[in-house]
Amino acid sequence: MVRYIIRRMLWVVVVILMITLFAFLVFYVMPPGDPAVSFAGRRPTADTLEQVRENLGLDKPTYVQYGLFVKQLFLGDEYGWPGFGFSFASQVSVRDQLFNRVGVTLQLAVGAVIVWLAIGIPIGVLSALKRRSKADRLAMGFALFGVSTPVFWLGLMGLFVFWYKLGWAPGTGYIPFGESPFQWFTHMLMPWFVVALLFAAFYARMVRGNMIEVMSEDYIRTARAKGLPERTVVVKHGLRAGLTPIVTMVGLDFAQLIGGAIVTERVFNLPGLGNATVDAVNRGDLPVVLGVTVFAALAITIMNLLVDIAYAYLDPRVRYT
Amino acid sequence: MAEPILEVRDLKVHFDTPDGVVKAVDGVSFAVAPGERLGVVGESGSGKSVSFLTVMGLITRRYAKIEGEVLFRGRDLLGMSADEMRSIRGKGMAMVFQDPLSSLHPLYRVGGQIVEAVLAHEDMPKKQAWDLAVDMLRRVGISRPDERARQYPHEFSGGMRQRAMIAMALVLNPDVLIADEPTTALDVTVQAQILDLIDRLRQEFRTAVILITHDLGVVAEHTDRVQVMYAGKVVERGNRDHIYYESLHPYTWGLLQSISHIDRKQDRLRPIKGSPPSLIFVPPGCAFHPRCPYVMDVCKQQVPDLLEEDYGHASACHLSREDKRKIFSVEVQGQR
Repeated sequence: MVRYIIRRMLWVVVVILMITLFAFLVFYVMPPGDPAVSFAGRRPTADTLEQVRENLGLDKPTYVQYGLFVKQLFLGDEYGWPGFGFSFASQVSVRDQLFNRVGVTLQLAVGAVIVWLAIGIPIGVLSALKRRSKADRLAMGFALFGVSTPVFWLGLMGLFVFWYKLGWAPGTGYIPFGESPFQWFTHMLMPWFVVALLFAAFYARMVRGNMIEVMSEDYIRTARAKGLPERTVVVKHGLRAGLTPIVTMVGLDFAQLIGGAIVTERVFNLPGLGNATVDAVNRGDLPVVLGVTVFAALAITIMNLLVDIAYAYLDPRVRYT
Repeated sequence: MAEPILEVRDLKVHFDTPDGVVKAVDGVSFAVAPGERLGVVGESGSGKSVSFLTVMGLITRRYAKIEGEVLFRGRDLLGMSADEMRSIRGKGMAMVFQDPLSSLHPLYRVGGQIVEAVLAHEDMPKKQAWDLAVDMLRRVGISRPDERARQYPHEFSGGMRQRAMIAMALVLNPDVLIADEPTTALDVTVQAQILDLIDRLRQEFRTAVILITHDLGVVAEHTDRVQVMYAGKVVERGNRDHIYYESLHPYTWGLLQSISHIDRKQDRLRPIKGSPPSLIFVPPGCAFHPRCPYVMDVCKQQVPDLLEEDYGHASACHLSREDKRKIFSVEVQGQR
């Protein structure tokens, strides 16, 4: 197991290297324009442009730029470890900017995961147990609505109804928890639900499918034949088997959100990674874009590893060597 | 016969499906005495599994239309509440299934699954239930039972899994053990071991055993009485010798002729022609008539009753007793 984890960790390093290479090619090499132009002010002279290029490190050959980027990433830069360089736009450390913002995104993601599991799993289980009942049809109707609703529409409609019309919600923006826990909570509530709805719907359908399959397994019949109460049959034998595959999904979906829930953060004006990404792309702030990309890739590969390790504990048939 | 421990009277189990009503079990009656071995034989779809799943309360009125009576120790199980029924399942009657790998929960330890069966019915400390489980694994012939109890089903071989299932079924010493094709999924060498084990434990525990199978060879060695089922009905019933040496039903003859005998010169097996009927459109009259080589006009119109012809030997066939005797001795035994 330890050997397996070490080997997987080495793979994470390889994957990150590959991703940085692709990201670097896509953002630095392939675009036709000169990034220096955007940051040299209006009507720059040739001298100014030269100056800007030197400041941003764009005067060096591309492979040197990439080598420097990788070196900073693994060994750190003047701002600390891991090094992401400095932002073209604000000239401050990309690392600090990412670390400041990832907190907000994490709060959004964790809250959303809790909400969607709390909605999706019970709906899925009840739907599976009361198959073809009215409740099941209603639940699957909700699921269809959930998976087909665009997040931007849902966010805006939520704001329109609950903030503008009813005045129940406090509107957009982010209040740090330390400042006012209550305000923090009320401001996060709607974003949580908006992110969660799609996933809740998706999970409800998946849990329903899994449970229907599991409840027709032979070992469920055995559990009943033993004379176990129906609740034990469903919870201990059915759910245990039906929810195990969900662990994989939660890990990966969570990791994806850490990369930034772009639309939701935008609609609710939350200063998270997703919002930072959009700003950086708009300004052509390449180091920030690259930083977010690497960060998101790291989140996904590491979560993937954690999920696989968790699986070995949840399913005794899975053994890694 | 002693007072039966389990008696089924005119049991009908019909499933409503979009294609029509599936008459999986259509008027089945039988009784099992304490400690008796009953063999139930028939092809897939003859209703043998469904009858006994219904007896165990594993097919309920929620899924099927059920009529008749299932008397266990004189009490009708079909009229019981779910909770009363649950208290009998596993303690009064236990069941062993065909595929032991899929019948054991893959994510729980084998010992734990047996403990669970104990604690569902007995109020005792977990430690004591665990010791009971380990002891039971030892009694079904699993070596190093302490160690094995802590393992998961995938670490067991096929035969050991079935032994574990049997341990789970017998741990509370039930009056009736229903074994639904317990050896079908196992290697031939292991099959005999499992059946011998069931026989041995039956004597130790004084349990009545109902052995459901499609294999008349299995029935010959491990049962006292046999009932042959076809299309949801019992077509012949008798003790073992009746079925083997004096059978009175063309369907049983077909089954007997399709057994292979390694010790005799034999050109080829003689399968029963045709396939089992749809249980939605059961042929009128005798359900076996389209496949029966001795079919008469009356067979196509009238359902034959299950009539007792000798003491304890009954068959449902319109042929006269003399004809049946003659055909059996010439065609079936002559071949054997």
